[in-house]
Amino acid sequence: MEWDWDFAWSIMPTLLAGFRITLVATFLGAIVAAVLGLVFAILRRSANRAVARTTGFLVEFIRGTPLLVQLYFIFYVLPDLGLRLPALAAGVIGMGLHYATYAAEVYRGGIEAVPRGQWEAAKATNLTTRQTWLHVVLPQAVPPMIPAMANYLLAMFKETPLLSAITVLELMNQAKSVANSSYRYVEPMTLVGVMFLVVSLISVVVLRWLERRYGRISR
Amino acid sequence: MGDWAGYLTLILQGAWVTVELTLMGSALALVVAFIAGLGRISRHAWIRWLATGYIEFFRGTSIFVQLFWIYFVLPMTGAELTPMQAGVMALGLNVGAYGAEVVRGAILAVPRDQHEACVAVNLTRFQRMRHVIMPQALPLMLPTFGNNAIELLKATSVVSLISLSDMTFQAQVVRSQTGSTLMPFVTILLLYFAMSSAISFGMRRLERRVTRGLDGVR
Repeated sequence: MEWDWDFAWSIMPTLLAGFRITLVATFLGAIVAAVLGLVFAILRRSANRAVARTTGFLVEFIRGTPLLVQLYFIFYVLPDLGLRLPALAAGVIGMGLHYATYAAEVYRGGIEAVPRGQWEAAKATNLTTRQTWLHVVLPQAVPPMIPAMANYLLAMFKETPLLSAITVLELMNQAKSVANSSYRYVEPMTLVGVMFLVVSLISVVVLRWLERRYGRISR
Repeated sequence: MGDWAGYLTLILQGAWVTVELTLMGSALALVVAFIAGLGRISRHAWIRWLATGYIEFFRGTSIFVQLFWIYFVLPMTGAELTPMQAGVMALGLNVGAYGAEVVRGAILAVPRDQHEACVAVNLTRFQRMRHVIMPQALPLMLPTFGNNAIELLKATSVVSLISLSDMTFQAQVVRSQTGSTLMPFVTILLLYFAMSSAISFGMRRLERRVTRGLDGVR
């Protein structure tokens, strides 16, 4: 089958509309992941053993099962239990929850990388818990987290095509519907690949810069 | 719910497909990871470029896009693939690209003086790799390989979208036939979790085996 430039140009607006949804889903998913990840990280450090253990198991469970199945679960099972969500909301929650478990590890690594002496010094100078976190621990813990977080942001962006399986009209779904109605697969599928590749390659450059600027988390 | 046993059989058949995909995909990924990883640190610039191109391409686009491209676009160039072949190929090539970076990183992490010592005692390039570098690099790779294998297992669920009857696909079949959602999805979530736990358990065992006798070195 020949590559047809006219056809490729004619489907561009549709694909770009899908691309916008892809970006929106990534952005919202990232916010959910960042917030929930912090919650997971804090609960895992909880002094209450039961809470820490339960959170730990939950995180392991989410990390050990496929995102696609989790999306199906949220999209198909929750309505039966009385919670009906629009497809995009289900997708954002699913992706956010999945990546929150990865973000939690980054938070944990970042916090644990702050030397013990810093905590002790904070205690010795009589700082409150709040002051310790805000002025001593977080300023040292956050910069090394940035490259790792950006890495997962990119990973999440690449997973957004899964949302097409729960009927979100993002880039991949637009491409599939174009392909199915015109019986031409080459152009839409290739263009989707190119779009992802372009964003990823740009992101890799940004990532390298972030790593140089903030250093990387040592695991 | 009387037919539940029948539906469970269906899901277990799917589980077997998932296991097959994971095993074959991992085998391909392992081979590809070593070829591309070694290619990345080759003496010849064109091999390095080729390996880098492959790695960046497969890491830059998602498994989903690659799978659809392999399944829908490749046949138009004349290469007819069954869903299983397309699935194994996409999984292996995708995870292999991630693995290649692991191989490269682990080899470069072996201290430089080890290389120099090999040159000093006149080992050939092959002997150096086989007897000195690899035994030290392998333990460094294993933990990440374990994670990669789990990522591969999770990625197998995507093949359900090209109508390969894996576990996720069968769960969808059960859902559409019974209208029950909770049972099939909870069942496969538990099965996936059991499989990923098995992988991480196996990897920890393997890790202990290959690090045996390396205590003094690292």
